[in-house]
Amino acid sequence: MAGVRTPREKWTNRTAIAAVFLALIIMLTPIYWITATAFKPRNLATTIPPTVFFTPEVSPFVKLFTKRSQLREQPTQEEYESAPWWEKMVVDGGEKVVRNRKTGEVRSSGYSDRFKNSLIVSIISTVVAVCMGTLTAYGFSRFKVKGEDDWMFFILSTRMLPPVVVAIPMFLMYRVVGLNDTHLGLIILYTAFNLSFAVWIMKGFIDEIPKEYEEAALVDGYTRMQAFFKVVLPEALTGMAATAVFCFITAWNEYAFALIMTNRNAQTAPPYIPSQVGSGLPDWTVIAAGTLLFLIPVAIFTFLLRNHLLRGMSFGAIRK
Amino acid sequence: MADIELQGISKKFGPNTALRGVDIDIKDGEFFVLLGQTGAGKTTTLRVIAGLEKPDTGTVLIDGQDATTWNAAERDVALVLQQYSLYPRLTVRGNLEFPLKSRTQNFTADEITQRVERAAETLQITRLLDRKVERLSGGEMQRVSIGRAIVRQPRVFLMDEPLSALDANLRDVLRVELKKLHQELGATFVFVTHDQVEAMSMGDKIGVLDRGKLIQVGTPDDIYAKPLNTFVARSVGTPPMNLVDGVVKGGKAVLNIGGHALSIANSKAQDGQNIRFGIRPEDVLISPDAPAEARIFDVENHGVIKILTLDLDGTHVHATVSAQMKVKIDDTVRFGWKPDKVLYFDPVSGLNLSIQ
Repeated sequence: MAGVRTPREKWTNRTAIAAVFLALIIMLTPIYWITATAFKPRNLATTIPPTVFFTPEVSPFVKLFTKRSQLREQPTQEEYESAPWWEKMVVDGGEKVVRNRKTGEVRSSGYSDRFKNSLIVSIISTVVAVCMGTLTAYGFSRFKVKGEDDWMFFILSTRMLPPVVVAIPMFLMYRVVGLNDTHLGLIILYTAFNLSFAVWIMKGFIDEIPKEYEEAALVDGYTRMQAFFKVVLPEALTGMAATAVFCFITAWNEYAFALIMTNRNAQTAPPYIPSQVGSGLPDWTVIAAGTLLFLIPVAIFTFLLRNHLLRGMSFGAIRK
Repeated sequence: MADIELQGISKKFGPNTALRGVDIDIKDGEFFVLLGQTGAGKTTTLRVIAGLEKPDTGTVLIDGQDATTWNAAERDVALVLQQYSLYPRLTVRGNLEFPLKSRTQNFTADEITQRVERAAETLQITRLLDRKVERLSGGEMQRVSIGRAIVRQPRVFLMDEPLSALDANLRDVLRVELKKLHQELGATFVFVTHDQVEAMSMGDKIGVLDRGKLIQVGTPDDIYAKPLNTFVARSVGTPPMNLVDGVVKGGKAVLNIGGHALSIANSKAQDGQNIRFGIRPEDVLISPDAPAEARIFDVENHGVIKILTLDLDGTHVHATVSAQMKVKIDDTVRFGWKPDKVLYFDPVSGLNLSIQ
């Protein structure tokens, strides 16, 4: 009966809502924590019990984009004057690192560059992995490939060991061919890493697209290529979007390889953010600010593709 | 318009043989029906004609030209499938335009609109043109996919069980429409079905396939009246032809079961020869002065006719009688057959001895 609910159904409904709320709280707490910390003054970031009410400031972000994070807390004028000479030297030395010697401007930190690197590497590797994965999956799905199962297993097997295991050999090989600390190097790595995943997911999606669609197009006078682009690709878009989100998240969050393979030019944000703990003092507000900004692209990307993603998650979503 | 000739087509899929040396000759403008069970090779034959499968051996001739190596696009055929052939993202119009926009076609926008509208009119789907395909009923979808085939005016129409997914009423309607369409277009139709009623009612010619072999090609009348073997005999007609084993003795057929002696017309069968006698249900006579006796096992009333199932010591024989006849289950009746309608099959090979 539509609209009429038995008491039992009411209860299940309420329990479900409560469970969803609980899950939501558990998942949103870290986000809240990061957001709150990113706007806290430094002295409130690590108080016990945690400070809930505070006047938000943007100083963590200022510190994040400049080299101020490498400076100790600025002493007041009185403190500075009463301090012994060696402490004055430390403060002045810090000033020299932070400020451009000639102009006196505060030097910018590497964060924006690292962020840009992250975007370049993640986007390009995602696009390449999804395109290659789709084509490979199409081949496996539509043509008779000798030893198809073995090939598919081989492709999957590249994911069977923790990637860090191959980090050292990769590092040595990259050093020989000069791919260390380059965008291309990371892009190749991430593409290779995501490709097996993309092939498997896309094979599932393409298997779901009836062969008859293309065959009808072939009979209608289209070539195999045209049939692929006109008929298969539009149907596969949902799957490609879902795959792209997964690949992007993996590439975006990747830490170990980025830490080992890059140090300056091509370093991505994940290894950079914790490095702030080591330079200067562990300023958690700066780290929180960096992390918060780091979360945004994935959130935007996922949000843009949310419709595809929802349909893509329920595999076999294509209407019969 | 075109005629199609298949010569010695064989096709294997891995260990499975789909077609074994199939020869078919389809004349220009013919409505040719391929009839067979699931797995008999009907669809494979159709796909070989369409160019979607390459035969392992054999030649495909279209209009006398060797087309074996041509791909699907070059053959100028249209394919209507049981389902799936419509693109869910497009409207009905988009689907109908699709074949006209391919590389091999050169149509102006006006021509495309014109052709689409003409096809839509023929199939009475004009009001659906701007609807999304997803929101069509099964019958409407099938009309659209037939429309997709006719817009291009191809030389040959290939149809793979286009009606079997539809409900019975709709099937009857579309069956008539397809026949009408065939007459209007005058094109060659190759129609695959497992439904013998469809085959009998639509085909100019029927080809009966069994496990990859083409058993017999003929007009529906031929197939019905002169089946080449017991398989063909049983694949058309509802209920199917009765087959009973017996011996020819003294110019009469003596059935192995019950020992009934029934008269037969003059035949080549020799005295003492073992024969599998074939008789259509409508040629089984029920009358008080008939030579043999049997118990009625079942009565099905079909309105115009009644179908009786006679029990001859465990062997069932069907008889079609007028619906007016008053009979009930477990009655005992006397039966015979029309001697001139009896067919003689070899009990071992199943071949029709009267045709040889």
